[in-house]
Amino acid sequence: MQQEMAYDAQGQPHPVVDFHNDYGGAKFGFWVFLMTEAMMFGTLFLLFAIYFYRHTESYVASSGHLDVWLGGTNTMILLISTYTMGLGTMMLRRGRVRAAVLLVGATALMALIFLGIKAVEWNMEISRGIYPGSGVLDALDRGEILFFGLYFVMTGLHGLHVIAGVALMSWVLLLIRSGGIRPEHTIVMKNVTLYWDFVHLVWIILFPLFYMIGV
Amino acid sequence: MPSFYHETHTMFGHLRNPVLQWIFSIDHKRIGLMYMTLMFTLFFLAVGAALTMRAELFAPGAQFLEPQTYNELFTFHGVTMIFLFIVPGIPATLGNFLLPLMLGAHDVSFPRLNLISFWFYVLGVILGISSLVTGHGFADTGWTFYAPYSIRTDAHVLSTLSAAFILGLSSILTGLNFIVTIHRLRAPGMGFFKMPLFIWGLYATAWIQVLATPVVGITLLLVILERTLGIGIFDPTKGGDPVLFEHLFWIYSHPAVYLMILPGFGIVSEVLPAFTRRTIFGYHAIAISSASIAGIGYLVWGHHMYTSGMSDLARVIFSFLTFLVAVPTGVKIFDWVATMYKGSIVLATPMLWILGSIINFTVGGLTGLTLGAIGPDIHLHDTYYVVAHFHYTILGGVIFMFIGGLHYWYPKITGKLYDEGLGRIAFGLAFVGFNMLWFPMFLAGFFGNPRRYFDYLPDFTVYHQISGVGALLIASGLVMIVYTFYRGLRSGRDAGPNPWNATTLEWHIPSPPPLENFPKIPYVDFEPYEYEAGEPLVQFDENFRRIR
Ligand code: HEM
Ligand SMILES: [Cu+2]
Repeated sequence: MQQEMAYDAQGQPHPVVDFHNDYGGAKFGFWVFLMTEAMMFGTLFLLFAIYFYRHTESYVASSGHLDVWLGGTNTMILLISTYTMGLGTMMLRRGRVRAAVLLVGATALMALIFLGIKAVEWNMEISRGIYPGSGVLDALDRGEILFFGLYFVMTGLHGLHVIAGVALMSWVLLLIRSGGIRPEHTIVMKNVTLYWDFVHLVWIILFPLFYMIGV
Repeated sequence: MPSFYHETHTMFGHLRNPVLQWIFSIDHKRIGLMYMTLMFTLFFLAVGAALTMRAELFAPGAQFLEPQTYNELFTFHGVTMIFLFIVPGIPATLGNFLLPLMLGAHDVSFPRLNLISFWFYVLGVILGISSLVTGHGFADTGWTFYAPYSIRTDAHVLSTLSAAFILGLSSILTGLNFIVTIHRLRAPGMGFFKMPLFIWGLYATAWIQVLATPVVGITLLLVILERTLGIGIFDPTKGGDPVLFEHLFWIYSHPAVYLMILPGFGIVSEVLPAFTRRTIFGYHAIAISSASIAGIGYLVWGHHMYTSGMSDLARVIFSFLTFLVAVPTGVKIFDWVATMYKGSIVLATPMLWILGSIINFTVGGLTGLTLGAIGPDIHLHDTYYVVAHFHYTILGGVIFMFIGGLHYWYPKITGKLYDEGLGRIAFGLAFVGFNMLWFPMFLAGFFGNPRRYFDYLPDFTVYHQISGVGALLIASGLVMIVYTFYRGLRSGRDAGPNPWNATTLEWHIPSPPPLENFPKIPYVDFEPYEYEAGEPLVQFDENFRRIR
C-alpha cells in the first residue's frame, strides 16, 4: 500500500503512521504489557519480603527443604534457553530461517524439560504431605505455612508463564512456516523473545529467594 | 459518504449478517457503542438495586428485605457500579469512540485487541451476573471483598472475584491500546501539548489502568486460591495478615478513583471551551495536573485504613499526601472557573450537566478532605457520611460529567439532535433529586448512622425519607434522558458536522463519522481550542488542507 501523507499549510507532505503495520507500536505495546506483568510479580515479591521480615527463621528453615540442585539445574536450563531464543531471532533476521526454526524448537524443548523438573519437585513436596491446605502443612509453624503458600503460588504462576511460552513458541514456528514471520518482518518473534527473557528473569529472582536462603 | 453504521471491518473479513457485523466489528466506534449499550443496561440494573435498598430504608425496621438480601443487594450494586460501570465506563465507551477521532487516526493501534477486550468484558459480566442465579446467592462482602470474611462466607464470592479479575484484564488491555495509540498515531504535527484535554485524561487513566490493575488482579487471585486451596496468605489463622489485603486492595482501588474521575475531567475540559466559545484557560496546567493526580494518587491509599491499625506516623504521612492530591485538583477547578469568567456562556444541556457536576464534585471533594484528616475520619469512618461523600464525587461528579459528555457527543455519534427542552428538564430532575438524595446522608452519617445496615435507629427516619424521595427524582431524570435520546434518534433534526461550533478534530468530519474517520489525515499545527469572534479559527477543505 502507498504511504499516506498529511499536508501542512505550506503544502509540505508528512508521513502518517499506518496502524496496520506499525513496528514501533507493536514493540512499545509489548513493553507496556511486560510492565503489567512486572507489577503482578512485584506484588508477590512484596508479600514475600514482608513475611520474610516477620518470620525470618522459619523461612530459612523451610527453604532448606527445597532441593537446590534441582532448582539450580532449572536455572541453568532457563539461562541457556534465553540464549538459544535470542540467537534464533538473530538468525532469522540474517535470513537463516532453518537455523532459527531449530533454535526456537530447542528453546521450547528446554522449557518442557524445565516443567518436567518442576513437576518432580512439586511431587516431592506433595508426597511429604506439604501442599496448601494439607494437614501436615497447617500443623507447621506459621512462617512455614506462608513460605510454602507463596512457594506454590509463585512457582505455579511462573510455571503457567512457561507453559504460555511453549505455546507462543509453537505459534512462532507455525508462523514461520506460513510466512507470517519473515526475515524482514520479525516483530512477533522479537516480542516472544522479549517475553521469554522476562520469564527467565523472574525465575532468576525466584530461585535465590526460595532455594538459597536456607543454604 | 456512507457512515460507519453502513460498513465495517470485522475480525473475519466480510460478514453479511448485520448482527455478526456488530459482534465481530473491529471498528473502534462500533466497539464503543457496544460497550455503551451493555454498560448502561447494567447501570440501570444497579440503579434498580439501589432503589430497592432505598425503599427498604424508607422506614426503620424491616420492611420487605431479609438482612442477608440487603447485604447481597449492596454488594451487587457496588460491584456493578464500580467494576462493571464506572471504572471501565468512560474510556471504553466515549474513549473508544473518540480517541482516534480526536487524534486524527484511522483507528486505535490494535483494533483486534480492542475487540478482545470487549469480549473479556462480556465474559466478566456473564461470570459476575451468573452468581446471582447459581449457588447461595450473590456475594455479600461489599465490593471491597475484605479478608478474612471473603474467605469464610459461603455466599458466591468465587465467581464475583473471577469476574473482577477478568474485568481487570479487559481494562488493562484497553489501557495498553490507548497508550500505544496516543504515542504512535497522533496526526502529523500534533505534539503532546496540542492534544485535546480529553485525550490527556484518557492518557493518565490508561497508565493507572496498566500499572495499578495487575496489583488488585493478583490480590483477588490470592483470595480465590485462599478459598479453593487454603494457601493462607491473608488468613489470620494460618499466620496470614488480613490488613495486607487491605493495603493491596487500596493500592489499586484508590488510584481507581482517579481512573473514574480523570476521563470525566477530560470531558469537562472539552465541553467548557465549546460552550463559552473561548480557549480553555491554563491548558498546560490542566494537562499536567491530570498526570500529577495520577502520580500522587498512588501514594494515598492508606487513608482508607486509619481505623485498621496503622502506626501514627504512617497515618500522618497518608493524611498529608491525601491533602496534596487536592492541589492539582484545585488547579483544574480554578482553570475551569477562569475559562467561564467573562465568557459568553451557552446554557445548553451538556453545559448544564458540566456545571452541575462541578458543583457536586466540589462538595464531594471538600467533604473528602474531612475524611482525609485523621481525627474526623475516626469519627466518620463507615458511616453514611462516607457513602454520601463518594456518591457526591462519583455519581454527582463523574456520572454527571459522563452524561454531559453523552449529550455533547450525541450529535456526532448519531448524526441527530436531541430535544433541548427535554434535556434540560431531565437535568433539573436529576440535579435536584441528586442533592435531595445524598445531602441528608451527610447529616445522618455525621450524627452516627453506620453504613451497610438494612436498618437504622428511628432518629434517622427523616433523613432517609427525604433521601428516598430524592432517589425517585433522580431515577426519573435518568429515565427521561433515555427517552430524550430515543426521541432524538427517531425524530431529531440532522445535526450537521459541527452543531456546537467546537474546534477539535472530530467536529471537522461528518456526523456520524465514516468508517475510517478521515478521508485524509490532517496536519495539526494549531492549538486544540482556538476561537475567533465565537467561531472556530481553524477550518479545513474536504481534503483536510487548512483553508483558515
Ligand atoms: C440512583 C443512584 C444511586 C442510588 C439511589 C444509590 C444508593 C446507594 C445505597 C442506598 C447504598 C447502600 C449504602 C449502605 O447501606 O451502606 C449504596 C452503596 C454504594 N453505592 Fe450507590 N447509589 C446510586 C448510584 C451509585 C453510583 C453511580 C455508584 C458508582 C459508580 C455507586 C456506588 C456505590 C458503592 C460503591 C456503594 C457501596 C457498596 C458497598 O458498601 O459495598 N452508587 N448506594
Ligand atoms: Cu482513597
